[in-house]
Amino acid sequence: MTKSLRVKTSKFIDETYKISFKFNRKTYYGYKGDTLASALLANNIHLVGRSFKYHRPRGIMTAGSEEPNAIVQLHDNTSRTEPNVRATEIEIYEGLEASSQNCWPNVNFDIGGINNFLSPILPAGFYYKTFMWPASFWEKYEYFIRKSAGLGKSPTKPDPDIYEHKYIHCDVLVIGAGISGIMAAKTAAKNGFKTLLVDEKPYLGGSTIYQNSEHFKINNQISSSWLDKEINEIKKFENLEIKIRTSVAAFHGYNFLLARESLTDHLPVNQRANKIRHRLLKIRSKKVINATGSLERPLIFNNNDRPGILLSSAIDKYANFYGVACGEKNVLFTNNDSAYETAINLNQKGINIEAVIDNREEVDSKLVKETENNKIRVYKGYTVVDTSGYKKINNVSIMQLSKDGEKAIGSKISINCDCLGISGGWTPAVHLFTQSGGKLKFREEDKVFIPNKYSSDQISIGSCNGEFTLDEILSSAPKILKEFLNIKKTDYENLEVNSSFNKSKRNIWLLPSDKVLGKTKSFVDYQNDATAKDIKLALREGFRSIEHVKRYTTTGMGTDQGKLGNMHALGIVSETAGSKMGELGTTTFRPPYTPLTFGTIVGRNVGEYFDVFRKTPIHDWHVKNKAEFENVGQWKRAWYYPKNGEGMHDAVQRESKAARDSAGILDASTLGKIDIQGTDASEFLNRVYTNAWSKLSIGKCRYGLMLNEDGMVYDDGVTTRLEENHYIMTTTTGGAATVLSKLEDYLQTEWPELDVYLTSVTDHYATVSVCGPNSKKIISQVIPDLNLSDESFPHMSFKNAKIGNIKCKVMRISFTGEHSYEINVQASFGKAVWEKCMEVGKKFNITPYGTETMHLLRAEKGFIIVGQDTDATMTPIDLQMDWIVSKKKYDFIGKRSLYRSDTIREDRKQLVGLLTENPNEILEEGAQIVADINKSPVEMLGHVTSSYYSPNLKKSIALGVVKGGKNMMGQKLIIPMENKQINVTVADPVFLDKENKRLNA
Amino acid sequence: MFLINCPYCGEREQSEFKAGGEAHIVRPKQPTELSDDQWAEYLFMRKNIKGIQFERWVHTHGCRKWFNVVRDTSNDIIKAVYKMGEKPPPNK
Repeated sequence: MTKSLRVKTSKFIDETYKISFKFNRKTYYGYKGDTLASALLANNIHLVGRSFKYHRPRGIMTAGSEEPNAIVQLHDNTSRTEPNVRATEIEIYEGLEASSQNCWPNVNFDIGGINNFLSPILPAGFYYKTFMWPASFWEKYEYFIRKSAGLGKSPTKPDPDIYEHKYIHCDVLVIGAGISGIMAAKTAAKNGFKTLLVDEKPYLGGSTIYQNSEHFKINNQISSSWLDKEINEIKKFENLEIKIRTSVAAFHGYNFLLARESLTDHLPVNQRANKIRHRLLKIRSKKVINATGSLERPLIFNNNDRPGILLSSAIDKYANFYGVACGEKNVLFTNNDSAYETAINLNQKGINIEAVIDNREEVDSKLVKETENNKIRVYKGYTVVDTSGYKKINNVSIMQLSKDGEKAIGSKISINCDCLGISGGWTPAVHLFTQSGGKLKFREEDKVFIPNKYSSDQISIGSCNGEFTLDEILSSAPKILKEFLNIKKTDYENLEVNSSFNKSKRNIWLLPSDKVLGKTKSFVDYQNDATAKDIKLALREGFRSIEHVKRYTTTGMGTDQGKLGNMHALGIVSETAGSKMGELGTTTFRPPYTPLTFGTIVGRNVGEYFDVFRKTPIHDWHVKNKAEFENVGQWKRAWYYPKNGEGMHDAVQRESKAARDSAGILDASTLGKIDIQGTDASEFLNRVYTNAWSKLSIGKCRYGLMLNEDGMVYDDGVTTRLEENHYIMTTTTGGAATVLSKLEDYLQTEWPELDVYLTSVTDHYATVSVCGPNSKKIISQVIPDLNLSDESFPHMSFKNAKIGNIKCKVMRISFTGEHSYEINVQASFGKAVWEKCMEVGKKFNITPYGTETMHLLRAEKGFIIVGQDTDATMTPIDLQMDWIVSKKKYDFIGKRSLYRSDTIREDRKQLVGLLTENPNEILEEGAQIVADINKSPVEMLGHVTSSYYSPNLKKSIALGVVKGGKNMMGQKLIIPMENKQINVTVADPVFLDKENKRLNA
Repeated sequence: MFLINCPYCGEREQSEFKAGGEAHIVRPKQPTELSDDQWAEYLFMRKNIKGIQFERWVHTHGCRKWFNVVRDTSNDIIKAVYKMGEKPPPNK
């Protein structure tokens, strides 16, 4: 097993630097420069994992980010574990531990492999079709299906790594540092453009950099030497930034791109601490040059998925770049000239080629001839009809292709091998181009989609633009670059290029076998085990759209997004359905191009930075006094203050009782506050609130209800007239920002003639609310100069005052129904005023209460909370708040909607009080309300919106919305719960102090 | 992500803005005079065009000003930007 397949020193591999790593708990060695895939191949390991559905043994297929099969779990059971990592991309480092996925107990003996033998009964849509019936059994099936689904294991421990985001602005972004990208970057940089060149690989030069063939020369130099010099030159430009290991994930509109720069993944784990692992680059570039290259296509034939079957170009790269032979008895299977490049290169390195099988009957290009001259047997007009070898290929069977390419004819020839290279031509990597909104066109002669219409200032060059040969690339690049960058000259005019590549190709999407299709397994999507048979089945079952076929068969839905086989799926669909490929279109290319970890996406926004939160100026006091907090909007609000190990219920009962018996104190700083000034301020309030404002005198406060134009309650709060043309509006805590923008919207767009100015002053003030029968006594000591008599300072009025030198605005308003004051001071004095109130209030047992007690106290009074008792379907009439809707005003926002045919229905859900038969039974908020439990189906009349146990009334109280509830006073209803039914009676929503005596107590 | 040329601040990232739906829907001066159907027309009916669309945007994390944008919804290219109250450019 551990026989070394290193063939020849490569300049990209440092053989003096030996690295040990573990694969499936066994130690192996590789060299610096190896990927996990190349190191495994050097150790003669092909079998890396098991396929998703049939658990078939799978090996390394490619040498790049398009890899579908060789995906591994890194560092299993550690906090750095990562699933679905492509072995072809991970650079090995000392201590690397990788393991196979989707197999149990191990990759060599996998119980799930039985699915392979069951495959005749596991067609496309098997799960959809089978587990539909009987429906009630789904819960039983689900457990087993979920258990067998999925590839790797996601980490369960916190991620120890650091990630960050960075913005980059540049003139020209070049994506891909192959030969085209290098030329583009140099040209842009030389002409003064601020240029960024990125490539997903850890080196520059793409596939040309290891191309040492005499058949490809530029100005009489071997192409890799020529490119090497170019790369050395571009490194000198100060206005050119080069980022390797940087994969562009997404190309959005307006040339906005996301790229992941990988910074530590190639380092030993013990060298990663305190370093940034990935940087998500947010790139805005004036111009973008796509030089993303192309991906070699596989060929679709029977049993084309065995370990040891690789893309021909991958075998070439493993030999030339990594110095690794993928096998000792290699066979190549092709429909174009690319495989001959591989054959010649391998032959030069002394790697044995048993045969080349070519679909084409008549081929006599230079490369083919040289291959034959090297005594390599070439079978022309043949196809592979089957392969064998369970865990590694050991044999291919070939037959002649009929003239029309639809049948395998003649006698079968068997060739022993341990590696099969396949080449089905090339597919331009147009993923990013299409993500950006670009439109493709189909080039019939070689069956490729190439860029056609661009959605932004960008261009494609090289093989991603459908130019596959060196001479094509070098002759078109200067022209394209000059036009795109609007420059006169490039360094690449009149280059002398020798390229022996012949472009002829015999494209057959699905190659025939001597067996009928139903007996074959010709994989189109390797990762998801979708076969040609499945695609044809989907078409027989009536699926026509390529997007539907994709979802039904799961073709292209793996972590590799079907980079290899999607074109074949399209080809098979178009052939079977008789539609033209150009008209059929493609499935949608979606970001990211290769998967991103969540860490990269969230960057630094983790832990306490996950979301911003706002603290009131009194926050520290609440923390010190052991408050529990609740999130309201972005605010942290004190929820309740547990004492001596109290739970929430006991704390809230104690706080509520204290507030009504003596005095309570609440931090109300979070309420939204909008300063309104201007000569039309009163008129403006008239238009935005349902009630009238013109006659509110200076120094008085008024409660207002704000609607949306559709008549539904939007926000509420108290607004105070400070001066003739100066108001201060309070809004709900969560609604502050949206109310301000709504008001601005109307002011700027509908009523620009109004002289009104709005300023958010929420953060400017701290608000301390003191309530209860002893509040007056407390305030009189906190602010001794203020006359608190009911005559001078009645309910719903406002006074300017001073606490020592601190200016304050005091409002006598109440959300609890108690005699109550709100002191507003400059935010920085908030804590001092709070502490003063606490100190003075001590002898009155002043009790700090949080939002929960506030909710209970207001519910006793039947005051609504917008967003809890309302849900954007409640009009003021539904809330039984007709009293606040002005009949006299000609217009206000939402008025017309209050008498639409729908809003005047009598059977709308209306807010009512609910009392339980058993006064100790507390309803659950959200519980459904019904009248007749025996009716089928049971009619839902509404639901409970607020529910509490009132310590002051010594009974359970609730608010709820009930269809036609307004006319159901005293009627009995039922709240069905899981194990019981609760009987309730519809009641007046005002439970306490209907006469409002306590306000002036 | 778009780049939007705020008529007051200049070119900024889309993340600074909020879209506010179709432009040039004037709030009726006398809503009480309207039938239910006429009011519903104003209240609910919005176009969803593939192509040139006139829409409102607000520079939320900037000057807080509302303005109008002419955008081709098929490719998101912004053809024109103009202030509230200004005459819209001719369609196309």
